Formats: sequence, structure tokens, C-alpha cells
Amino acid sequence: MLRYILKRILWMIPIVLGVAIIVFTLMSFCPGDPATIILGSTATESDLTAMREELGLNKTYIERLGTFLYDTFIRFDFGESWITRTSIKAAIIERLPRTMLLTIATLGLSTLIGISLGIMAAINQGNWKDNFCMAFALIGVSVPDFWLALLLILLFSVKLGWLPAMGIGGLQYYILPAMAGCMGGIAALARQTRSSMLDVIRADYITTARSKGVPEFRVITRHALKNAFIPIITIIGTHFGKMLGGAMVIETIFAIPGMGSYIVTAVNSRDYPVVQVGAVFLAIVFSICMLGVDLIYAAVDPRIRAQYGKKSRKVKVNA
Amino acid sequence: MLNTMAGKTQIKIKKKSEFMRTLKQMSYNKLAVFGAIVFAIELILVILAPLIAPYGYAEMDMAAAYQPPSWAHLCGTDDLGRDIFSRLLYGGRYSITMGIFSIGISVMLGIIIGSTAGYFGGKVDNIIMRFLDIIQSLPGMLLTIVISAVLGSGYINTILSLSVNGIPGQARMLRAQMMRVRGSEYIEAAESINCSKFRIIAKHLIPNSFSPLIVQATMGVANMIIMAAGLSFIGLGVQPPASEWGAMLSGSRQFIRSSPHMVFFPGLAIAITILALNLMGDGLRDALDPKLKR
Repeated sequence: MLRYILKRILWMIPIVLGVAIIVFTLMSFCPGDPATIILGSTATESDLTAMREELGLNKTYIERLGTFLYDTFIRFDFGESWITRTSIKAAIIERLPRTMLLTIATLGLSTLIGISLGIMAAINQGNWKDNFCMAFALIGVSVPDFWLALLLILLFSVKLGWLPAMGIGGLQYYILPAMAGCMGGIAALARQTRSSMLDVIRADYITTARSKGVPEFRVITRHALKNAFIPIITIIGTHFGKMLGGAMVIETIFAIPGMGSYIVTAVNSRDYPVVQVGAVFLAIVFSICMLGVDLIYAAVDPRIRAQYGKKSRKVKVNA
Repeated sequence: MLNTMAGKTQIKIKKKSEFMRTLKQMSYNKLAVFGAIVFAIELILVILAPLIAPYGYAEMDMAAAYQPPSWAHLCGTDDLGRDIFSRLLYGGRYSITMGIFSIGISVMLGIIIGSTAGYFGGKVDNIIMRFLDIIQSLPGMLLTIVISAVLGSGYINTILSLSVNGIPGQARMLRAQMMRVRGSEYIEAAESINCSKFRIIAKHLIPNSFSPLIVQATMGVANMIIMAAGLSFIGLGVQPPASEWGAMLSGSRQFIRSSPHMVFFPGLAIAITILALNLMGDGLRDALDPKLKR
């Protein structure tokens, strides 16, 4: 098991390096001259040349890539934003926690509601409760999150005045963004939970558990849900990535100064270093999360744990 | 003579029945039929937009700005007095075609990449899959945003940047599907009569891996439409004054307090389209599922 974890962590290194190289290469193909963008079109030719020198743009692509990788991964120096001239590292330290808080709140909300709806649908298969849950899920996947965000602002802050529409402050500022972002996750989780619960709910061991007098709640949570959990975890994992990406739109709407709005602003103002470092950071967070998903698989399912376990144990089982 | 003719007609009937069977199976599913009808109506409305729309999409009437929905303006008017219903009809041309074209491109490239990886296996497969791993460890929206920043905004560029985002998923699925059918006897038979690799992939492997691809593509169109609208919403993608639905939403955001209808209708148009496509996709998946074959 330890070997497997170590292998997975080592595998993250080429992935993150690959992401860094791809993003750097893409950004270096961006049209327009960065020096002109920074100094404006009125700058003199000598100023532009000096600026290009300072940004290292007169070096070859390979040299710049090498410098970027060396600075980012060896020296942990992320450079500074071209536009605001502030340290990117400081900005990320300030902004990343907000994005993480938003993503985790969104994911938590959608997991809680999605799995409950899925279970409710599965144990009431065929009747109106099932239909209601599935209709809710269907509408959930169809509503674009940025539109839902606007509608929520309209209802809860413009009409009712209960919650703040934008900015950051206390936890109440994260309620509307999390609600707006969670619908897609709820829908996917409710559907997956329902179908994998239906797969296991007719299994013999469920009947056994019921017949020996285990309370129904315990049958559902301990016997059925635990066995149906693997595909559900997969959906949670993939939605973590989607929500990290979706945070870019949600943060822009609610004016939350997190990683998403940082990158969107940087893309719009052609602030390449910010985009590069931001993308690499999100990729690292995402990879760590996917590693977590794989480890949870093993924690939940002894069958998977046995696969990575010691060889001698396997032989014993076979014999 | 009679025998061969009988054989031919039989083959014909069988070919027809496979397609008809799927359609028939789908027609049992009322929700799928409903989705298909809604989408068809929407397509007709959008295609005939110049005939149906009561106003032009850029026709301004400052005297009639900010009007709530009425019989003269079904969905109201925006800040420049443009009729929102007409703009939605024209905007659907952008949104729906962007969804279809971008998924089309990503399916085609996905087929090429996925079938190469799945058929050849081994090192080729390993290299391709690790590359896809790297691409997929960037959150999808981020990748699309970065690529559309490189390509610049606009209709064609947005389609391209969306389709790059869809390629890994399609390629992965086709590869898995290929792995499944690769060991079949008919592939062995084709290899034994010396079919070229291209012919085996194009004529035998791909058609037999097609049904999940179609389902995923239908759902993919819905996904792409949302992403396209999202891109326009944050200022990339299709730019105003084009009446792409996301761009309309983005432009009307600042008027949310005074004229909420300006925000409501473009989003509703997106939601209805996505709902219809998802219903169709669900029905198609059930109809093509061999487990549910009658």
C-alpha cells in the first residue's frame, strides 16, 4: 500500500511538469507583444526594447521555458505580475484559501444533497419521490451555473435582502456562490447514487441483514451505501475538478478575489506569468485531490486494498 | 439467383432494423421523445429566425428600452431597446452550432487518437494516454480559457478551443471501447485476410464502438453549449454585439436590479436547450444499451 502511495506521488511530478510546459508553450503563442501591452502603444522603441530585455523576451523559447521551470519548481520564485507589478506568490497565498473554501463548500453541499436525493430515489424506486428526485437532478444538470448565480442574487439579495450579493467577508458571503455552483454536482451524484444503490439493494446480503433484524437505516447506510460507494467517490472526484474550473466563472460573478477571478483577469489583460503559475497551482491541487480519491477507494473497499497489499497475503487467500 | 436476392433483401432488412430498432426503442421513452420534439422545434425556430423574428437582432429603439415582456416584445427589450426574443432566435444560431461543431471536431480527433491508442496498444497507447493524463489534470474550464486566450475571441476560435477540451474524454472512451472489441473473432478474421490496419480501424473497429460515442456526443453538445456561454459570459468567446446567449447574459448582468427579465430569458433559452439535449441523450443511451434490448 505504501509503495502504491509513493508511486502515485512520484507520478504527480511528470504530470505537473507536463502541465507547466503545455501552459507555458500555449501562452508563448499568444498574439501581441507583451512589452507593448505593459507600456501602452505610446511607449518609445528604446523603452520597449528595455522592457523586453527585462522580461527576458529576447531569449529563445527553450531558455525562457528553462528559466520558468527552474524558478517555479526549484527556487519557488513565481515572479511578479506584469500588470500590477506585485508578487504572484503573495497573491496566491492570499487567494488560494478562498477558492479552496468555496470549492469545498460547494462540494460538501452537493455531496450532502446529492447522495441524500439518490438514496431517497433508490429506496422509493418507481413512486413519486423517485420521480421528484430524478426530475430535480435533470433540471440540475440543465441549468447553467452562472445563470443560477444571477437568479439567486436576484432572489436572495435584491428581492429578499438576506444575503450579500458580492465581495468577501464572513462565511455568509460564500452561501450564494456555493449554492450556485453545487447544482451540477447534486444532479450527477443523485443519479449515480441512485443507480449504484439499485445495483446493490437487491443483493442477498441486504436481505440477510434485514432478516436478521438490522434496523432499516443501518441496512441502507452500512450495508447498501458502503458497497455502492466506489462509483460515487469517482463522481465526487471529477466534480472537484469541475468546481475548481467553475470557480473561475462563479468567482467572477460574485466578485470573490480567489484564484479563479485572478486567472480570468490575468487572461483578459494578457498577464502571462499569472496565468502560467495559476494554472500550474490549480493542476497541483487537482492532482492531489485525485490522489486522495484513489486512497479513499482503498480505505472504503477492502477488495481494492487487498490488490495493493502484500503478495504473501494474496497467496494465502488463493491457497 | 433467387437465393442471392433473398440474401440481399435479408441483409437490407437487418441494416434498417438496427437503426429503426433504436428509434423505436427511443419512442417508448416519453421523456426522450419530448426532448427530441423540443430540440426540433428550437432548431426550426433558429433556422427560420429571419422569418419568425419580429425585429432584427441589432435593431435599436431607444424609446422602447428596458421594457418588460409584453405582446409587442415577447421577452421584453434590453438597454438599447433591442427585442430580446428576436435576439434569442438569432443567438441560438451561435450557441447551438457552436455546441454541435465543437463536439463534432472533438469526436473526430478523439476517434483518431483513441483508435490509434486502442488498436496499437503497448508503447503508442502508453504515450498517448500519459499525454491525455496531463491534459486532463487541468480543470476543463481552465484549459478552454487558456486556449481561447491564445486563439483570441470569435466564433471559429471559440469552437476550436472548446473542442480541444472535449478530445481527451472522447479519445479515452473510444480507446476503452476498442480494447473491448479488439480481441473479437471478426477482427482476427479481417487480419487473417490481410486487411490494411486503416481498413480494420475504419470499417470494423469504429462502427462497432459507435453507440457509446453517439450517446456521449449528444450529452457533449449540451456541455459545450454551457461552456461556450460561460466563456462569452466572462468576456472571452463570442463578443457582443453578437447575440450569443452567454454574451447576452453577460451584457445584461449590470441591469439585474432594474430589469431582471433581461437576465432571465437568455438563461432560460440555454436551460431549455440543455434539458432537451439531456433528455434525448438519456433516451438514446437506454435505447442503445444492449442490456435493455428486447
